[in-house]
Amino acid sequence: MYTKLTNGIVYDPVHGINGEHRDIYIHDGHITRKPLGNAKICKTYDLKGKIIMAGAIDIHTHIGGGKVNIARMMLPEDHATDLVEKTELTRSGCGYAAPSTLTAGYRYAEMGYTACFEPAMLPSNARQTHMEMADTPMVDKGAYAMLGSDDFFLRMLASKKDQAAISDYVGWTINATQAMGIKVVNPGGISAFKFNQRKLDLDELNQYYGVSPRDIIKSLARAVTELGIPHPLHVHGCNLGVPGNLDTTLETIRAVDGMRMHLTHIQFHSYGTEGDKKFSSGAAEIAEAVNKNPNISIDVGQVLFGQTVTASGDSMLQYAGHWHAHPKKWVVMDIECDAGCGVVPFKYRDKNFVNALQWAIGLELFLLVDDPWRIFLTTDHPNGAPFTSYPHLIRLLMDRSFRNDMLASINKEAAAASTLASIDREYSLYDIAIMTRAAPAKSLGLKNRGHLGSGAVADITIYSNNKDKEKMFSKPDYVFKDGELIVRNGKIIKVVNGATHTLRPEYDNGIEKSLKRYFEDFQTVSLGNFKIDDDEIVEHGNGRIIVQPCM
Amino acid sequence: MKELSLDKTSNSAATITRDVPCPFCGILCDDLVIQNQGETLKILENGCPKAISAFETKLVATSPKINGTTASLDDAISAMSDILKNSRTPLISGLGTDAGGMRQVMHLADKTGGIVDHMHGDALTRNSLVLQDLGWITTSMTEIRNRADLIIFAGTDATKYPRFFERTIWNKKSMFKLKNEERQIVYIGNKLETKSGINPNGKRPSVLSCKTEQIGEVISSLHALVTGATLDVSKVAGIETKTLQSLADKMKAAKYGVIVWSPSELDFPHAELTIQNFCEIVKYLTRFTRFAGFSLSGNDGSTTANNVCAWQSGYPLRVNFNKGYPDYDAQRYSTRNALKNKEVDSLLWISSFSSNVNPPRASIPTIVLAKPDTKLNFKPDVFIPVSTPGVEHTGQLFRTDSVVSLPLKKLRESSCASVHSVLKQLIERI
Ligand code: SF4
Ligand SMILES: [Zn+2]
Repeated sequence: MYTKLTNGIVYDPVHGINGEHRDIYIHDGHITRKPLGNAKICKTYDLKGKIIMAGAIDIHTHIGGGKVNIARMMLPEDHATDLVEKTELTRSGCGYAAPSTLTAGYRYAEMGYTACFEPAMLPSNARQTHMEMADTPMVDKGAYAMLGSDDFFLRMLASKKDQAAISDYVGWTINATQAMGIKVVNPGGISAFKFNQRKLDLDELNQYYGVSPRDIIKSLARAVTELGIPHPLHVHGCNLGVPGNLDTTLETIRAVDGMRMHLTHIQFHSYGTEGDKKFSSGAAEIAEAVNKNPNISIDVGQVLFGQTVTASGDSMLQYAGHWHAHPKKWVVMDIECDAGCGVVPFKYRDKNFVNALQWAIGLELFLLVDDPWRIFLTTDHPNGAPFTSYPHLIRLLMDRSFRNDMLASINKEAAAASTLASIDREYSLYDIAIMTRAAPAKSLGLKNRGHLGSGAVADITIYSNNKDKEKMFSKPDYVFKDGELIVRNGKIIKVVNGATHTLRPEYDNGIEKSLKRYFEDFQTVSLGNFKIDDDEIVEHGNGRIIVQPCM
Repeated sequence: MKELSLDKTSNSAATITRDVPCPFCGILCDDLVIQNQGETLKILENGCPKAISAFETKLVATSPKINGTTASLDDAISAMSDILKNSRTPLISGLGTDAGGMRQVMHLADKTGGIVDHMHGDALTRNSLVLQDLGWITTSMTEIRNRADLIIFAGTDATKYPRFFERTIWNKKSMFKLKNEERQIVYIGNKLETKSGINPNGKRPSVLSCKTEQIGEVISSLHALVTGATLDVSKVAGIETKTLQSLADKMKAAKYGVIVWSPSELDFPHAELTIQNFCEIVKYLTRFTRFAGFSLSGNDGSTTANNVCAWQSGYPLRVNFNKGYPDYDAQRYSTRNALKNKEVDSLLWISSFSSNVNPPRASIPTIVLAKPDTKLNFKPDVFIPVSTPGVEHTGQLFRTDSVVSLPLKKLRESSCASVHSVLKQLIERI
């Protein structure tokens, strides 16, 4: 039983295929070599003139967990104009910036995405994150566990425990929370805020523990390396959104001393203090540093204009940003001596100098970083914009005249302060296939995803080539998930659940002895109940677990 | 963690389960040690009177009933599906169930065009309205346990959450070496039971007595005082201004203050404004020090129901699916108003934790999924006894802080099906 995709134009950067005619065969959910002469081809799709890519992968999107659900509950006005009716196949839902889980899953699939990674799973909230991800249909999911402001880790670091013990704890956390990676958010700052510190620069000390963000990043980056976790430490750095944070970001790159590190939504960390308004673009310096340091990867966190909601683990800076809430309401939460969160609705305005420059800085970063294997397309959904604006963003990258038209419509001073007009680069389809498929899969260690070679899982998206790239990427002709056709002409024709990707790094389980005592002494749940077993995800979660290998 | 031990009083081996989460109030203590001997449960360690009465009730044998007559589960589900198929807008309420049951509730509501509300929907809504108007700063149990040096109970004494003080306030150890004697407890409200607030070293809590309806006024005055204003009255709600001034000073001096409220106990018109007062003074104090709010609620799975409803529909509870998409209206789609205004033409009531709640009476076809020992004061069209999450089947439940959820354990066999499984079979037939 083979399915054949014929006459299509294939973009498969993993195999260096840049717009070539290739036939693709699907068998048993996977892509295979051309079958032998007598094999039966049940279905052939004639894709003359159409573009074939692997299913897209979003490496950083806030689709599930406590803060997203707070955003949903807080913002009925976000949903009222974005109501989604049930159909024969799909459930109802709603939401623009903070959609319901089912709606999010459908929308991702209808845009040609087949996997999404929730970047900020608090260990103490991991169960909810998994429940929400399990209720996000169509796509595969995975999550990064958030460490770095949790008391246990900070205690270890403060008492100068050896790195091996810290790595054991990180390994234990990945296993206990069913995570795909480790993220650190405002390292040590979420904790510092609970002790009433209001800012924490890279070398400032968390007052209680006497450790700095630099110490935290280095220790976690080393643990990730030692455990063989494929995705590098995912860093939401210090000073998010603060003018002048460009220097902190550059110093953070130097701090890891060649160790692999992923800097997320780097747009929010690329600000200078030049000009009358003391707010300027640091994109050129950041891009230069990224270009020079092959150990660094980034995602942009592009801002696009309109109403959204910012939902972050960075309670310290979300609190600081609450003055700009639109509408005027916001939530900050301290969580379990583990982490925190802040949810602040926000409207990015194209006529506002700062917002317009943020928009330009994001695009400058996209265009000035040379290597598409190390830069991923994100809006930090929903923080910069909802994920549904990706096709628009792709058009901005691929179509210079469209970009310049948009640039002409934003705040004049911001446009003048940006170098965007002078940048000619246009992304090619090949570049887009790298940054939205091949590169994220590689970064996450998903060996049989993000490409179209034999053995790959048949997650495939097929588009009609259109000069208007926004149109093209909004509405794929076909999307296959695990070899099944799930979307035709941008509409769901079959509902599937998708799987949950996890890792099982090896570590010395002796750490659990100290953890057990620690939980008994200080926590309000027991160690055993903190951990999430496979059954919980599989049983009620409609899910399937795929354990990805460590390096 | 299961162990076998030989019980001296009988020949059969008893099973002992440790670290059992208790689903019977919103704070989900998860340190119970429970013995199962011949399907009779006994709490060996931890627990509270509420937990004892809930866990230790004997299994009663009941079967499903259609119009009061015993029926098979299969027939009962068919009867249910007939009612719901013929219903234009069913009301699915009670919602005393776990996350798995609630997931099916949402699917069913979407499919049948129903309205969803919880038996504690009024309490949930009081909080939701505050969240949707100005938001808040909140905290969770482990933070209070280790960090809070000033805890103000506003309109609640937490007695409905019997181990709250034991589990979160009077601790042997704390992460940041906060000693019990450094913790200050304050109560504001009417006839509160303040014994639990006595420090193990004997220090009594401060008690500011006023009518529950006046707590908002007291907090507003405190808000004025913490901003540095003076009050030109000698008393507010019967409390001396100088008492308020001294509390205001304590609040400003606190390193990590917490205001605890229980939305179900603030049961008067527009109580959400009082909750908003709590949240606004917390926000103001956070400009200088750290402060947070904490809502004590979540009984009968209400925090779980609200969260699952929000992630699946986009809105917190009180959603109507009749138009084919979720329509949220916290007033109009309350159980009371939906029945009173005849918005609904059938009722499905679910209560799998408490056996002492009766559904509202309505002259529309009524289906009840409840614990087998429930004493109903009427004969519903269909009754299906259901097993209890965390006792007779596994599942997940959210704690009152709406951030931690726990895995519930199965401790004994029951002949009753779970809400999840009944609704799943039902959905397949509609
Ligand atoms: S306090 Fe609540 S959760 Fe704890 S044992 Fe008693 S009823 Fe159960
Ligand atoms: Zn993010």
